[in-house]
Formats: sequence, structure tokens, C-alpha cells
Amino acid sequence: MAYSHKHEVLNKANPLTDLTAPALTVLLAPLLGRVVKSLSRKHPAIFERLGPHTKTGYIIDPTNLPFALFLQPDPERPVLRAVARRALPAHEALIRGSFDTLFELIDADADGDAVFFSRDLIIEGNTEAVVSLRNALDDVDGSIAADTADLFGPPGRLALGFLRSRADARSQRSST
Amino acid sequence: MTLAELVCPAGTPAALRTAVDAGADTVYCGFRNATNARNFPGLNFSTDELATAVAYAHAKGSKVLLALNTYPPAGQVDLWREAADTGARIGVDAFIVADMGVARYIATKYPEIRLHLSVQAAASSPEAIRYYCESFGVKRVVLPRILTIPEIRRIAQEIPCEIETFIFGNHGLMVEGRCSLTNYVTGLSTNMDGVCSPAADVEYRREGDGAVSSCLSGYVIDRFGPDEMAGYPTICKGRYQAPHRPEGYYAFEEPVSLNLARLLPELIDAGVHAFKIEGRQRSKSYVRNVVSAFRNAVDDIRAGREANIAGLLQLTEGGRETQGAFETKKWR
Repeated sequence: MAYSHKHEVLNKANPLTDLTAPALTVLLAPLLGRVVKSLSRKHPAIFERLGPHTKTGYIIDPTNLPFALFLQPDPERPVLRAVARRALPAHEALIRGSFDTLFELIDADADGDAVFFSRDLIIEGNTEAVVSLRNALDDVDGSIAADTADLFGPPGRLALGFLRSRADARSQRSST
Repeated sequence: MTLAELVCPAGTPAALRTAVDAGADTVYCGFRNATNARNFPGLNFSTDELATAVAYAHAKGSKVLLALNTYPPAGQVDLWREAADTGARIGVDAFIVADMGVARYIATKYPEIRLHLSVQAAASSPEAIRYYCESFGVKRVVLPRILTIPEIRRIAQEIPCEIETFIFGNHGLMVEGRCSLTNYVTGLSTNMDGVCSPAADVEYRREGDGAVSSCLSGYVIDRFGPDEMAGYPTICKGRYQAPHRPEGYYAFEEPVSLNLARLLPELIDAGVHAFKIEGRQRSKSYVRNVVSAFRNAVDDIRAGREANIAGLLQLTEGGRETQGAFETKKWR
């Protein structure tokens, strides 16, 4: 899949996104807060690998969702919240790709360098912060996606299975 | 002698476990400092992590090699000596070294531990390799990626140690251990600080037409069009304009990965003892896929079957692969 101009298009005015994003960011706040706190407790070694970047603000932008995410991996007070794409908070680094690409990365099913080479992943801002985050998350046994799914019990695992099936189907299509 | 030992990369403890579980005979890794040539942020092992990792690997029958393959600046050898002492205490199976002073320290203090000569030593002639064997008891040489298979065969007949060759991953062809391109731009040394194109000096600038420029310390070293595959932001793989090539061209090397899957039987026949997969900076996903593929290939060859490796192209730099000098010195 080529980068092409699709990411640009998504950053332009989208009435539906503009209307739904504020509501979604509020609705998702407790869920995302629970996720980041749980992951922080379960994987404290991540913070050591982040070194000086525990105070860094990251934007993670799944281009085909109506909102982006703001992450500050502070071990004392980790932050993960949905933010409107048209009003991003101050940040030092940005990671942008389709939801599928970002899902495969946190499910340990895709290689960060490979999706960068293929232009499916866009990096902006502080490259060292992005590399540190990538390496820190990659040192987690299993996958961040699976840990997140487990938090929500059977519905979470069902959703994970569905997303993994989609990823497998994409992988088979791209290899044929 | 083991036939076709598979030597696999691990940038993190999780990657090491992944490599071992995927069938690595041997895993190589390094500490979180300048003593190894993949000194990237968030990567590598603490002392405790290495101890745990070595125990895990040994319990599953795999070996662990500790890369101490950078060059200590004059008068600053303590970091390398301490790393060697720690590795010996933990029980690594061999050290991968490039610097003669580091080699001498280990050969003198820990003669029972194997020494492997890193590709960073750029030893590519029988004379050079024999010198390291005779002076420091080196048991294996990692050959630079500049030799054809007939040349490797001739070298194998003239040296008293094992040969390891890269078979997959980064295709670095500068005189390894001597490249100073990064130093000129960033002030940090690939060979002494252990990092080529430090991430802190790299910036990707997105342009209005969807292109991305990769910059190192403010210098644009490549520009990828909207639908063009990208490569690593290293000067040796940058694209430059010159009077005779005003459109811009890869003056040194191209963004392409080495893949010798089809040459494995010939390499074994030429006397290669171990196959090295590059990529300590890559993910668990890369390690799992590449190690599994080559594990199956090597097992097929050992069993007298034809090896079939496919599906690794998506992991290559620039989406392209080459057999480089191993096939012919006219690869460019």
C-alpha cells in the first residue's frame, strides 16, 4: 500500500469527523485511561527503555478513525486520550498510519521499519522519541493489543480475533 | 563442526526469546551503551536482562554472543573492559570484537571464551584473518559483504578459523569499521559511539505533494516521492545531485537488503560455518519471520531437500533485495 495522498485528504475538512470527534473523545476518556494505567502497571520496563522520553507528548494518528490519540508515557501519571484531529494538543512526535497498520504494530505482527519503508507509516517530529517508543513497546512479550483486549474480557478478545482475521486476510492478499 | 549455524539478531530480551523460540542456533546482542554497533535509543540489554536472556537461551540449547564490536577511543577502554568482565561473569558463549585492544584484553583474561572477529574489523584477506587468529586466538571471522563465493572458498582454504557470512538484512558495503560518513555530519562516530545516523539527528519532513525528505543534522539526504518506497536515513544510502546526474542518484549505495536464501547451499559448500541475519534494530515480528524462514531453509538443506524461502520481500529496505557481491561484483 502506498502512502499516496490519502493521509492528506483525511486531514482536510470532514463534516462527519468534525461533529463526532468531540463526543467520541469524551466517551473514550475512561476506557483509554483504564488501558494506559493497566499497561503501565503490567509493563513497567517500558518506562526504563523510554529513557528521557517519559515526558514526551506523542500523537498517534489512525488516519481512518475520526480522532487521534495523545500519549504521554509518564510512569507517575500516564496519559492516553482521544483528541480531535483538527485541534491536536502540543506534542513532540507524531506517528501516523491507518488503524490496520497501527493495530498490526501493537499486535507485534508488523515490523516498524518495514511499514516505514512501504510508506504505510509516517513519522514526524522527534525521531529519537519515536524510535525509543517503538523499541520499548517491542520488548513486551506477547502483544499490547492482546493485553488491551484482555482488559475487556470476552468482548475484547472477540474484537481482537476479528481484527487479527482482517490482518491475516490483508497479509494473504498482499502476498498473492 | 555444526553445519550452517543460524546466528540471529536480538535488540531486546523479547526479541531474543522470539529468536530462540523461532529456531536460532545462536543469538547475538549487546549492552545499552557504546560498546556495540547498534547503540540505538530504547534498544539493547542491561546486565540483569542479559543474565536472564543467557539463561533462557542456554536452557533451550541456543548460544548467546555478546557484541563488543566498536572501537574504544584512546584512553577510554574501561567501558569495554567492564562489558567483557560482565559478559564473562554471565556466561556468554563468545565475544564479537573488532578492536585489537579489546581482543587482547579478552584473550588474556578469558582465554576459555571464544572470540569472533566482527565484520567491523573488515578482515577480508587470509593474511589479515590469520593475524587475528594467531595473535588473539580468534575462532571465527565474520566476513565483510564484499566477497564473491569463489573468493570465500579460497579464503576458507587458507585460514585456521570458522567463517560466518551475512545472509539477510542490511546491505552495508562501506569498508566496515572505517566508515566516517556519519561523523562528518553528526559529530558522533559509528565505530566508536556505536550508532550510524543517531535518531536524535534524524528528521522526516513531509511535503505538500506527499513526498518525504529524510534529513540528518539538517542536511537533506534523500527525498521519497509520494508513491516511492523509503530506506534508512544513512548518508551511504542517500541520493545526491551531481553535475553529471542532476536528477539525483544513489552515489554510494542503494536502499536494498541482502537476501542470500538461494545461495545457502553454495555458501555451505564453500566452507561457511555460520549464517548471520542482520537486524538487531528490527522488531520481534521481523525476527520471528526471518529466523523461521531461514530455520526451515537450513533444515531443508540439511535434509537434502531444496529450500524454499518466500515472503521476506516485504521486510526488505526499499522493498528490494540483492545477492550483492556474493553473486557478482557487478551488482550495481
